[in-house]
Amino acid sequence: MKTIYLDNAATSFPKPPGMMEAMNSFQRDIGANPGRSGHGRSIDAGRVMYEAREALAGLFNIDDPLSVVLTKNSTEALNIVLLGALAPGDHVVTTGMEHNSVMRPLRYLASRGVDLSVIECSPQGDLDPADLQKALRKNTKLVVMTHASNVTGTIQPVAEVGRMVRQRDGVMFCVDAAQTAGALPIDVEDMNIDLLAVTGHKSLFGPQGTGALYIRRGLEKRIAPLMMGGTGSRSEFEIQPDFLPDKYESGTPNALGFAGLCAGVQFIVGQSLRAIREKEKLITAAFLQRMEGCPDVTVYGPAEADRQTAVVSFNVRNVTPSDAALYFEEECGILCRPGLHCAPAAHRTLGTFPQGTVRFSFGFFNAPGDADAAAEAIRDLLKG
Amino acid sequence: MSGSESHAVILLESVSHALRAEKILKAAGIRCKLIPVPRQLSSDCGVCLRIAAADGERAAGVLAGRLDYFNIAPLEK
Repeated sequence: MKTIYLDNAATSFPKPPGMMEAMNSFQRDIGANPGRSGHGRSIDAGRVMYEAREALAGLFNIDDPLSVVLTKNSTEALNIVLLGALAPGDHVVTTGMEHNSVMRPLRYLASRGVDLSVIECSPQGDLDPADLQKALRKNTKLVVMTHASNVTGTIQPVAEVGRMVRQRDGVMFCVDAAQTAGALPIDVEDMNIDLLAVTGHKSLFGPQGTGALYIRRGLEKRIAPLMMGGTGSRSEFEIQPDFLPDKYESGTPNALGFAGLCAGVQFIVGQSLRAIREKEKLITAAFLQRMEGCPDVTVYGPAEADRQTAVVSFNVRNVTPSDAALYFEEECGILCRPGLHCAPAAHRTLGTFPQGTVRFSFGFFNAPGDADAAAEAIRDLLKG
Repeated sequence: MSGSESHAVILLESVSHALRAEKILKAAGIRCKLIPVPRQLSSDCGVCLRIAAADGERAAGVLAGRLDYFNIAPLEK
């Protein structure tokens, strides 16, 4: 049986051939510690890291590649911001559609005296920016929100919120772009994003264990590092460097992974983000269309390809998400993700907590026919 | 950069900064090479950029405003 991979929102598969070639070549021909030793291959390894920063900076319209901190994933990037910027007495605003990479650090901080406002979203997962504006206070230090839900794909009005937050002195705006970096256009200037957290292994086509955090220049003064240690810079001092990116990059990094991530981003630029988005939109629209008028299937979220990423969450009447997913894999060769998708807050908003949903997430490498196969699998399950 | 030419080094905050500076200098047509920081200048374990001493002023001009910190020092033989 042919396997159809519909779990791209968890991690993209397959990857572009250039990504694997870049990693192979790094380990075969360079393989040294970046920025530690000063010999030729150490410098080459450092150059690989620098090229990855530059590629990401180019994709998100970031003017200074050195303000791109390389991390192991978006969770680390978000934790740097949340744990590093918020102290008891500060107020932070987020939405009811967040992943646990935002909610768990925030709930922890709330238990330590940080004031937390969670803005409710519609049952489709949409945020009304006006509701968020009303929540801003004198002591608000940060607004943090997802660019698109990992459960329903709902695209949030990040640019509107960014514009609003920019008008408030001293409030930082952090966007969790784990689901959108490489899938939707992101411009940190146009969207007034101060802090952008991305992961490398989803739509950026890098390997797992890579991610990045953009920190708008100057804000590094307001964000403490999550970890401290060797950076290869200022070795004579026993205190952590205070400049970007070294302040947040202690210990030997995953240079091998960033060689792959850089190639992944170059693949996106080569294909063009617009073409990637169009292709993903087409397959999402095709699947959604096949679900229309299907009384036994409930689709959550916008159910409109223009308003969501290539992620569709649904439930089949009288079948639990886990049973459905098992059926799809065993009988149809479809790999997907059932349950709560690490986002209990979002499922509460959608009314699907605690049973969750089945999530099909398409990617650039899915064939157009995969939407038909996905719809067919659901019909087969209903026929029982 | 011949052996008899006198050199200067540009000291930067980290290897990432040195790589950024290298790109900027090369784009401006200034020859440079990344080398380990000479012990007499700093005990740092990082790298710096070696340039021809004669290019010092021009290098400072191109880097100004694009990197927060750099320091150009003559390199003794």
